[in-house]
Amino acid sequence: MIYWELFLAFFIPGIVGYGGGPASIPLVEYEVVTRYQWMTVSEFSEVLALGNALPGPIATKMAGYIGYEVGGVLGAVVGVFATVAPSLILMITLLGILYKFKESPKVKRMTALVRPTIAILLAVLTFRFLESSYEGAGVWHTLLLLVLGFLLLEKWKVHPAFVILGGLGYGAIFLSF
Amino acid sequence: MKTHLHLFIAFFRSGMLGFGGGPSAIPLVHKEVVQTFKWMNDDEFSDVLALGNTLPGPINTKMAGYIGYRVAGVLGMINAVLSSIVPSILMMIVLLTTLASFKDQPWVAGMTRGVMPIVVVLMAVLTWDFFKKSKEGLGYKGSIVLLVASFLLIELLHVHPGLLIALLLSYALLKPNKQKKEEKRAKRGVS
Repeated sequence: MIYWELFLAFFIPGIVGYGGGPASIPLVEYEVVTRYQWMTVSEFSEVLALGNALPGPIATKMAGYIGYEVGGVLGAVVGVFATVAPSLILMITLLGILYKFKESPKVKRMTALVRPTIAILLAVLTFRFLESSYEGAGVWHTLLLLVLGFLLLEKWKVHPAFVILGGLGYGAIFLSF
Repeated sequence: MKTHLHLFIAFFRSGMLGFGGGPSAIPLVHKEVVQTFKWMNDDEFSDVLALGNTLPGPINTKMAGYIGYRVAGVLGMINAVLSSIVPSILMMIVLLTTLASFKDQPWVAGMTRGVMPIVVVLMAVLTWDFFKKSKEGLGYKGSIVLLVASFLLIELLHVHPGLLIALLLSYALLKPNKQKKEEKRAKRGVS
């Protein structure tokens, strides 16, 4: 029965939450803390804090860890499956249809029409990340890292992996307070 | 086998380097899929991203799953999704069950602060790409109208972006296509 509850607890935020993993976190909290009471608010926020310090998508990290706490390895599998599978199946079905007609002018027009909206969404996301780096690292460190990061990535074409590792190292040394 | 290794590398790398949740890894996925392994071109990637944003659920696993499926079928899908999520879940479980004080270490918090500006640069570059591409697709006027309209609707009127994308997609699909008929006639006339 616990597995069914785990499935529901992660299926609902996964299918209702628009805007990617981070947007569904409050919904996960509602299920985990308020409805099923597997954790207290402070336990949940502790797990969230650690999740944010680690790399990788946040929704599946939360589902995996909470599922493991509640129902062991099988619980983790159920939690992650419920988070990922429903939206993925929908995506594959719809894109399959689209791909069949990809030479049709309608589909081509679709690509062109939707692109400005995606650009705005990405711009908004960029701005949010800029805000949180300003809050975390302050103006000067943020500016320095922005300029350095831009030069390394765009001018000298360094692979993002090294630039990200550089940012992590810089933060560990100069921004640990 | 080589394809599966490549899928693993692409989604493991973008998963382990993405700090700040799935959306922050989109530029990294873009780099792997379009530039490194050339499974898709920019147009296809942007379609997948657009539809991914219309549908609910985490964006990163939707992208990984669909791209894996396109490249290598159901096994490819499973491979790509697992590569992008399992390493970070394991780290989470190990760290939370052994070192509860890990996240309170000042250097861990510092690492997160240091990597954020780099994520900003990656996102900004991808955003700029999309701006340029929208101009190519729709011309100056059309793209500026749509850019401004999208901005106003999403940021000021708080219209849900998924809804807006769904509307644009259905407009493009349902609008009767006069040009197409004319082209067909022209072609028939020539041949």
